[in-house]
Amino acid sequence: MFKKASIQVLLIVFITFLLFPLLWVLATSFKTTPEIYAGVPGLLPASFSLEHYQTILHGSNVLSAIRNSLMVGLLSTFLGVIIALPGAYALARFQSALNQAVLGWILTSQIFPAILIMIPLYVLLRSLRLTDSLPGLALVYVVWSLPFVLWMLHGYLKSIPVDLEEAAAIDGATRAQIIFRILLPTLLPALGAAMLFTFISAWNEFFFALVLMKSPDAVTLPVELARYTGMEGQARTGPLAAASVVATLPSLLLFAIIQKWFAGGLLAGAVKN
Amino acid sequence: MYVAVARCRKPIIRFAFPIFLIKLNSKRSHKHEQLKLLLPVILPVLLLSIIPLARGIYLGFTDYRLGDPIQFNGVENYIQLARDEFFWQSFRVGLVWTLAVTAGQVLLGLALAMLLNTKVRFTSVYAVLMLAPWAMPPIIRGIVWRQIYDMDAGWLNAALLHLGWIAKPINWLSSFELAIPAVIIAGIWGEIPKAAVFLLAGLQSISSDLYEAARLDGANTIREFFHITLPALTPVLAAIVSLSFMWNFNTFGLVWVLTQGGPGGLTRLPMLAAYEEAFRYGYVGYAAAIGNVMVIVISLVLFTYLRIQFRERLA
Repeated sequence: MFKKASIQVLLIVFITFLLFPLLWVLATSFKTTPEIYAGVPGLLPASFSLEHYQTILHGSNVLSAIRNSLMVGLLSTFLGVIIALPGAYALARFQSALNQAVLGWILTSQIFPAILIMIPLYVLLRSLRLTDSLPGLALVYVVWSLPFVLWMLHGYLKSIPVDLEEAAAIDGATRAQIIFRILLPTLLPALGAAMLFTFISAWNEFFFALVLMKSPDAVTLPVELARYTGMEGQARTGPLAAASVVATLPSLLLFAIIQKWFAGGLLAGAVKN
Repeated sequence: MYVAVARCRKPIIRFAFPIFLIKLNSKRSHKHEQLKLLLPVILPVLLLSIIPLARGIYLGFTDYRLGDPIQFNGVENYIQLARDEFFWQSFRVGLVWTLAVTAGQVLLGLALAMLLNTKVRFTSVYAVLMLAPWAMPPIIRGIVWRQIYDMDAGWLNAALLHLGWIAKPINWLSSFELAIPAVIIAGIWGEIPKAAVFLLAGLQSISSDLYEAARLDGANTIREFFHITLPALTPVLAAIVSLSFMWNFNTFGLVWVLTQGGPGGLTRLPMLAAYEEAFRYGYVGYAAAIGNVMVIVISLVLFTYLRIQFRERLA
């Protein structure tokens, strides 16, 4: 009994530490500016104010940055699926040197720091005048998240028996029909996960966007927010907290959606015992 | 997640050396079709990943500055790097940061995973709540921790002043003694969930029969940990340690937002140094050389990991 209680206490300490910064920024975003600077370490705002959310929605670049981030995220998610699905199918169903080469690239691509790709890419895109282009950035993100998406989908496809496809092929279905009519429905959960992964990594990405997106109209949310660091001051802290909450929402939503499945899978053994 | 790790285990070795294991058993008609399916993958990857990468590695052996003609200069960049005090400084800090964050996230992640793996109440709620740092974009993690460390409006100073532990506010991120620990704590905080998820999945896969047998033999918790848990967890531990090492060594956004490499270049990680050389000063070739050195470090870690995995398989 004593052991269980002490485990419980340790867990609460751990979770408080992990959760605290999120709660703190959430609280700060609802505090009034004078209260932020009052120096009281309390978490609950004394008075609930939406002024900082209004500040970022009007009269600043944050709204257009959110729009840009959404566009890049959705575009790369859409492109990523179209590219990865047939590719993952080929990787799962055929055996060849080409296959081994692609899978080899998937793993080796992970060891190179982004700077090595970034420099030539920047030089190339600059000479083509393609910096500041949202579709260009989306394409870079597709390639960046492709290794993980391909790896995941190809593993999932491998676990689907071929019998189904063979039966369809005997009935005269083409390869495209097999992929989109038969495999796609069974693949939807994995596809959903892959799409969410692509979207979140595009939404979160900072380094490529920092280098490639220079004009104020084209910056994505992380770049826009990073600009304000070093000039917090009284006017900035509140709006920055509000913008941080907004930037966290998509991934928080994702975790809220998958949490049941996640906790279930993660603690499956504990429940069984 | 563990399933993924376990599945990767064999393929990692197979696919890491594709050249030695080329299989030529595909039929001709299949080959054509396969190419058609893979072309949408191969083309963008070739254009936006492999070719730029090859060029990036090459640029590390040139004196290229933005706008100037490119001239091959052999190992001159590396000789210069070896003499460059700023580079050594960033490399040292990079290693301190990487080792501290990796150790911190794995040890704390293991502790958290083991606590979650017990039969107490609410573990499924905790397992979801612990993901909070992971749900935040790295840039936002930086911004939030910056606000916590903020001298005037930050929570940390407010709390410490309130408790009377300090007399006047501390400028955490500008202090020469405190900046590195402050940045490392923010880094560990952000990376704990990843390690905990991997390790919890690993713990779950250990058969409970082993523990029951040990208990019958009268083993205590500590013996259980060292004789059952740790050996069974070694493959997962090796995977998460080496992956985290790679990720942490490549950190950019978090530290960029927290300190921009300051004070006085004290927290300038290798990626920040390379970024500044290339995009602030225009020394593109030199920055690529830093990137090449980073590849060598990361490859060494990956190679060690593969060796551990390989030994596991033979054993």
